[in-house]
Amino acid sequence: MPFSKETLIISRELTEQWEKEVASAIKDNPDQKTRFTTQSDFEIKRLYTPQDIENLDFARDIGVPGVFPYLRGNQITGYRSKYWTFRMFSGMGSARDTNQRWHLLLREGNTGLSTAFDFPTLMGYDTGSPKARGECGKCGVAIDTLEDMMTLVAGIPLDQVTTSMTINPPATVLWSMYIAAAQAGGVPATKIGGTIQNDMLKEFIAQKTFMCPPEPSVKLISDTIEFGTKYVPRWNPISISGYHIREAGSTAIQELAFTLRDGIEYVEDVIRRKGLDVDEFAPRLSFFFNSHIDFFEEICKMRAARRMWAKIMRDRFKAKNPRSLWMRFHTQTAGCSLTAQQPLNNITRTTIEALAAVLGGTQSLHTNSFDEVLCLPSEAAATIALRTQQIIAEESGAANTIDPLAGSYFIESLTNEMEEQAWKYIEKIDQMGGMIEAIKRGYPQQEIADAAYNFQLQLDSREKIQVGVNKYLAREEEKIPLQQIDEQVEEEQIKRLNEVRRRRDWKAVKTSLLELKDVCKRGDNVMPTCIEAVKNLASIQEICDVYREVYGEYRDPGLY
Amino acid sequence: MVEQGKIRIMVAKPGLDGHDRGARILSRYFRDAGFEVIYTGCHQTPEQIAAAAVQEDVDLVGLSCLSGAHRFLFPRVVELLRQQGAGDIVVIAGGIIPEDDFPFLHQAGIKAIFTPGASLESIVDWIKENVKTGSGNE
Amino acid sequence: MSKPAVEMSKPLDDREKAAKITAGDVRTASRLIRNLEDRLPTAKTTLKHIFLHTGRAHVIGITGSPGAGKSTIADALIASYRKLGKTVGVLAVDPTSPFTGGAILGDRIRMQRHAEDPGVFIRSLATRGSLGGLSHAVGDAIHVLDAMGKDIILIETVGTGQQEVEIINHAHTVVVLLVPGMGDEIQAMKAGIMEIADIFVINKADREGARQLHGIISAMLDLAREFPGGWRPPILEVENFFEPVSFLDRIAILQESVDRHYQLMAGSELLEDRLKRKSILELNEALRAALIEPVMHDLVREGEFAGMISRIMKKEADPYSLAEEIAARYFKAKTAGKTQVARLA
Repeated sequence: MPFSKETLIISRELTEQWEKEVASAIKDNPDQKTRFTTQSDFEIKRLYTPQDIENLDFARDIGVPGVFPYLRGNQITGYRSKYWTFRMFSGMGSARDTNQRWHLLLREGNTGLSTAFDFPTLMGYDTGSPKARGECGKCGVAIDTLEDMMTLVAGIPLDQVTTSMTINPPATVLWSMYIAAAQAGGVPATKIGGTIQNDMLKEFIAQKTFMCPPEPSVKLISDTIEFGTKYVPRWNPISISGYHIREAGSTAIQELAFTLRDGIEYVEDVIRRKGLDVDEFAPRLSFFFNSHIDFFEEICKMRAARRMWAKIMRDRFKAKNPRSLWMRFHTQTAGCSLTAQQPLNNITRTTIEALAAVLGGTQSLHTNSFDEVLCLPSEAAATIALRTQQIIAEESGAANTIDPLAGSYFIESLTNEMEEQAWKYIEKIDQMGGMIEAIKRGYPQQEIADAAYNFQLQLDSREKIQVGVNKYLAREEEKIPLQQIDEQVEEEQIKRLNEVRRRRDWKAVKTSLLELKDVCKRGDNVMPTCIEAVKNLASIQEICDVYREVYGEYRDPGLY
Repeated sequence: MVEQGKIRIMVAKPGLDGHDRGARILSRYFRDAGFEVIYTGCHQTPEQIAAAAVQEDVDLVGLSCLSGAHRFLFPRVVELLRQQGAGDIVVIAGGIIPEDDFPFLHQAGIKAIFTPGASLESIVDWIKENVKTGSGNE
Repeated sequence: MSKPAVEMSKPLDDREKAAKITAGDVRTASRLIRNLEDRLPTAKTTLKHIFLHTGRAHVIGITGSPGAGKSTIADALIASYRKLGKTVGVLAVDPTSPFTGGAILGDRIRMQRHAEDPGVFIRSLATRGSLGGLSHAVGDAIHVLDAMGKDIILIETVGTGQQEVEIINHAHTVVVLLVPGMGDEIQAMKAGIMEIADIFVINKADREGARQLHGIISAMLDLAREFPGGWRPPILEVENFFEPVSFLDRIAILQESVDRHYQLMAGSELLEDRLKRKSILELNEALRAALIEPVMHDLVREGEFAGMISRIMKKEADPYSLAEEIAARYFKAKTAGKTQVARLA
């Protein structure tokens, strides 16, 4: 108990007195709303006091950084020795275009790279595929073969810069290409560092970038975790993501709960399927959260996430290695909080969200550009977004001390409540037989759909406010210059791919694809054969078609 | 007895992006507004959407795309509907669509474009004003 | 009721429309189904011209509780029949919200991969207040698909209520889907479902309780039924959705079973029995439309209907005498005996 009996008695008396005064005061000056809620519609009290955290135990529930329950962070030194990684998500047009942007970002002070792929790449289709028409280079960079990957990373020291790749169904393919590209440049797999997102469960739940059904999808992920553990030790083979769950309209608590439950599912699968000890691979699991506009809710969510994961690893999986207990996570500010109206206001939103992520103790951060709701970020907008992080780091003082909000009645109380609610979701999914089973029943999808619908109705009724959208509308919207993607990119990319197809050794491609098919059927680890195939210049779709053929295709079940 | 004809709507997601939050919310809101709604799901080709719209005899197709491929995908849907003698089906669109593309899309036959921030009510109001049930037409 | 103004510019007459439909024209067929749903009198007129072209299709009903996987099974059956070169029509029924009158027709999404296949026609229907798990237009819509030349017509019922037995009036073969652990054990025991099933399918049979469910159905069949034509409804199991290989094998077994059932029916008086039942219903329904609806329409238009209702409410008159009065008025040229018949309709 953090408070003495006397303190609690005084607190109670004072609070009761205050409540009476409030009751009479609001007769004359009524509250502006009947309910005061977080962005996620979680009801918040007018005042928090010691009573709200009277059962808190400092050592058990809060503690110091680097020690269980890791509420205050994994790193004992906080941000003093090293800031979080400034990792700006980028990618557009051809591999050459993106490579140029990357060199610019590194010159500007980025400390890590993060790749956005276009939709054909994300879905495992070649640029020339009939399904891919009109999409090439639009939302990210188009990668068809190893040669594109080599262009993408040209001139980047892959043993020094870490690269994150937002890629899911074809993660094995893109990772194989990256490994092969590094090897071609003289950097062995043991020296490269980075992350592949490679989290399929959240795709079924939220983002809908899917290819094969859940079971084989999880199997492919376990393959990468096993391979990484043995041969690419500095790589994070998965980034267990709440970001997209939140973007799909979930509440903060749902984001927290579903993400952690996804993590549990992956750990269970690796242990069961690969027979690895949890401490062999758990230290390389990484996470990815959203930082939305509700400042305190986000900070509490991130704190609760660390504490919960530590408990899960210690109690559920009996992990011994302290590093297994660390929840290391990347954060991105909320794309869905940005507005097309008065877009410059998005800079302010992103600043608040970025500050929350820093106070929540993130290890890595992407700040959205203000024009992202309209198009791919322009160079100027991306620079402001990066500068936002640098201002927080260098000017605001937020990085001076670790977990500065700890001990606040409100913060600790909200952290506890969010954790408690999240455990309830996790228990419920456990009872259903795990996340895959819950997904088949449409449970998380339906919960998120309900939350998203509720939020939209609240916006429509102005119970929730978005400045410039349903309040403080501008008489005339200012036009901002937009980043355009050249329509020629598609044509040129198809030409390049055709040229590679003509030039490559077709027999070698065919042999490695047949071998991959056998490997899939046998249930062996696909990674070695996949690397062989990309080296032979098999295209992304050629490889993914093998997966589709052996494992089947998943289709949107459509839940509202 | 003749029943009052219901407005039938298809909400469709052409292209490869899976950002279906808006599409699903709209489907639900359309139902609550008294329409009959068919949602195609993600990752549809224009060919699949047009064929489904004709089979379902909808009065309106609402296209949602956030990947930036709208300049290709939206006009293609309109074109295919016309080819199948269903040019009277009203096509509207939403998603991340730069204003600069509006004239091009209107020219291509997209009757209205709703971008992020449009209220659900404003979309329903537009439909009630501009779309009549095709019931009775041949 | 006056005809809608659009009739004026109508380019096709009924005979031409019928010709287009029998030639398989999707646009004309789907519009006719819409007009049938909207109960346009002209739609029935068109129907006259296609009725004689119907009766060739094998109509298969798929029913079961929500989440039982009806659409997924329908999707797989479409694929299965297409492989055999048969054309398929689908009518998928979803509930209309009683509060808003709107509906989300969510079945198509699971079959949407067939959208581009010209051999497949999928149409979603809302119940619009019909009970019994179907839309009032289902019977007529079947005729439209039949006249289009579809070899197989799949009807997917709503799957919400316990009273979804109306499908038996429309389908030659009824497939009942059950899922273990969803209370379907109890559902199965309720009267109705057991009687209408020609084939049981236990979906998601990898779940706990599948064996038990199988046992319950089997025991109930032993107890409760005699089997017309010697057809004891088989109980098939479908494994996990997400293991496509074994799933497809199971679907092939289901499809063969459905076909065997139809062959058995066709080779005995059973098919004729179902046809007879459907014909009685259709004539009954048509009589209602031809006799009662015009009378009702007149009464409402003249304001007489409201007056009669008010008299009944005030207990100044009873509905039975009023009905006899009206019948006598409309059938004054007929004999008293025939008036009786009109009232029964």
